This record gives sequence, C-alpha cells and structure tokens, in this order.
Amino acid sequence: MSAEKSRFVPELTKGIFRENPTFVQVLGMCPALAVTNSVMNGIVMGIATTFVLVMSSLMISTLRKVIPSQVRISTYVVVIATFVTVADFTLQALLPAAHHEMAAFIALIVVNCVILGRAEAFASKNPILLSIADAFGMGVGFTLALVLIGSVREVLGNGTFLGHQVFGPHFEPWVVMILPPGGFFVLGVLLLGLAKLAEVRSRASQRRSQTTGGEPR
Amino acid sequence: MSAAPGSPRSEVLRLVATLTIAGLFSGLSIVIAYRATLPRIQANQRAALERAVFEVLPDTVRLERLTWNGTALAAGAAGQGKLDESIFAGYTAENSLVGYAVPGSGAGFQDTIKLIYGLDPSGARVLGMKVLESRETPGLGDKIYRDTKFIGEFRELVVEPLIELIKGHGEAANQVDAITGATISSRAVVKILNQTNAIWRPRIAALAAQPRLPGSGTDPANPAAVPPDLERGGPIPGGLAGEKP
Repeated sequence: MSAEKSRFVPELTKGIFRENPTFVQVLGMCPALAVTNSVMNGIVMGIATTFVLVMSSLMISTLRKVIPSQVRISTYVVVIATFVTVADFTLQALLPAAHHEMAAFIALIVVNCVILGRAEAFASKNPILLSIADAFGMGVGFTLALVLIGSVREVLGNGTFLGHQVFGPHFEPWVVMILPPGGFFVLGVLLLGLAKLAEVRSRASQRRSQTTGGEPR
Repeated sequence: MSAAPGSPRSEVLRLVATLTIAGLFSGLSIVIAYRATLPRIQANQRAALERAVFEVLPDTVRLERLTWNGTALAAGAAGQGKLDESIFAGYTAENSLVGYAVPGSGAGFQDTIKLIYGLDPSGARVLGMKVLESRETPGLGDKIYRDTKFIGEFRELVVEPLIELIKGHGEAANQVDAITGATISSRAVVKILNQTNAIWRPRIAALAAQPRLPGSGTDPANPAAVPPDLERGGPIPGGLAGEKP
C-alpha cells in the first residue's frame, strides 16, 4: 500500500508534461486538430475526454482480473463507447450550443487512442486508485494541450480569446489558422518548440552532471 | 462460473458470457442516460427553434404551425408532415398576425445552408432572417450569421422585384449588400430566400384570400406553440441541436 501511495503523485502528474498524450505520446491527433479552432471547443472536448478516460479506467481497472485477455479489447471498447454515449447525451442536454459545434467529434471520442491506450497500457495492469490518477493526469494533459492549440488558433485566426476581442479593431484575422491547415501548422510548431525545449533541458542537465561529476539527473 | 481450466468449451463460454454481460450493462446505462437527458434535450431543441422564429418575427408571443397539405395551408397539428412543408404564423399579444416564419434551405459555399426567415402577412417584405445551420468557411462565409450588418439587411426587405445582391451599397428596398470576401455565401442566402418565396408566397396569398385565417381565435384551446413532431431526431430544419444519425 505504501508503494502504491508513493506512486500516486507521479502517476497523476506524468500526463501533464513528461508523458503528455498530445505532445509527447502524439496520440489523439484527430480531436487535437479538428476541434481546436476555438478555446471553448478545446475545453469542452478536453473535459468530455477526461470524463470518459477516468470512468473507463475506473471500470477496467476494477474488472481487470475478471475480463478474459482474449476479449479484453472488445470489452474495453464497449465500456468506452458506453461512457462516450453518456457524455454525448449529457453535453446535448447541458451545452447544446457546444454540442452543435462539434457533434460528430464527441461520438469520435470512442476511437481516441489516448483512452484505449491508457486502458490497455495502464488500467488493465494497475490498481484502481493508481489507474484513476493516471487517467485523470492524462485527461488534464490532453485538455491543456487542446486549450494551448485552441488559444493560438483562436487568437491568430479570429482575434479573440474565449470570444473576447484581444486586438484592436484594425486587426485582420489570420483566417487560415482556424481552418484545418491552421491546426497542422500550430501543432507542428508546438511539437517542434517542445521537442527543442526538452533537448535543451536534457543537454543542460548533462552538462551540469559532467561539471559537478554527479550522476545524470 | 467454475469452468474447468483448460477446457476449450468452458473457455469459449466464458468469453461469450463476458461480452454478453458487458453489452447488457452498456445497453442499460445508455438507456438510463437517454431517458434522463431526453426531456432537457427536447426542451433545448424546442427553445432553439422558437428562439429562431421569435427572432425573425418581431413582437411575436404566440406561434401557430401551418402545414401545406398539397392544396392548402392548414393548422399543423393534424399534418405530421416534414417541417420543410410547414411554416409558423406568429401573433402578437393582441392576437394580430405579425407574419409567417418560413424555413428554407439551399446550397451554400461548402454545404447546405438552412435558415428561417419572417415574411409579413401580405408576403411582400422580409422581416428578419436567421441561419440555422451552415458549414460556411469560418471567418469568411460564416459572417452570414455573425455579421450583424448583413443580418440587418434582411429587416424590412422588399421581395418584389426579386431580392438582389449588390456589391457596395444597395439603396433600393429589395437590395442586400454582399459581405466582402463572402460573396458566394451572401448570394446563396439571397437565392434561398428568392426560391423559397417562389414556393410559399402564393400559398400564403391563397391563405390570406380565405374568408378566415386558420387559428385566429378558432382554436384557443390549442396554442400549438410546440410543433408536434419536434422530437429527438425529428425533421427539425437545420437539425438544430439535433442528433447525428
């Protein structure tokens, strides 16, 4: 139990930066590109995905010893699809406008490989509490990534942030940014930037360990 | 199940049982979620359509649905037909007719544009226009429902002679200024209005020629504010908040 406790925080935080599903694992690219033309869409999609991620991880981790390995993937998909449908109905009832804007993409959470990936790689092998921590961390990381992409695209492509004007009246929106190509541009630039950042950091820590003679990191 | 380990028969049974149980629970949860959210979703759809109708018919407090039955317009409750064949008559608090809200659709730049617009009782002027569904280019074509100036062009717009799209400043009462950078989308909206008018104006004229207007005090028990077929997945114009099939 104490081992489990000591793992809880790292499992929770790893999804946010170290193993970010979008920028490090490069999973779930379809929603990351398709619905991020505004910040609000990114937030709603992120929350819906986090809900499905946490609930299906909870379910799969609870049943991990009952589900026969031959049919595990089919069972996971049934579980995930159920929660996606529940999320779909809930969104339709509570936020009809947001649902209207990305109707097809809510249903497509079923095939978001972040969710099946966590079910197979983590929840099916780990205790319930750790699985929830892992799923929640991944969900938050995914949401942050979508919001980041959505912010860049909305600000440049529409001159707004969450619907509020950020530039003066003479700003000419860079429309391509909210069109599909803009998603690829922004994602590419962000991936490049984050990879560069990671490289610089690891080189700096290597140099530090060489000069001090200490262990690397 | 205490299946003898290794026995292929019991192993298969176990797999089938697992998937069956998973399917059952999944179905059950979905039904529960569906039933729990259905009233809210229907209310949302009704509200969205009503909001649109009230927007294009100013001062309306009461709606009546009229359905085209092939020969004449009749109060909608009986005709459970498609919403494409229905219009909404709007009345003020004093029960005087404001006009008719007419749904129309047609090809836009990318996909079908669905809209609803208000016609005055004589069918001579457009009172307002609202786009219900479109996939026009964000930032350009979507100005047909974001640009308040363009939408404002459809208030008090004369429909005879045909509505014209003008680049620059249209002064005549039947002219609409095109949106810069979205000429095709603007033209599509005007075309939809002209096409829909060609279908509905004669029908409305025929209705006005009748001795009494249906619903004007004839059926006080049924305000018919709620279209009867506005159920989940029903043929809502523009599929407002509607489900994907």
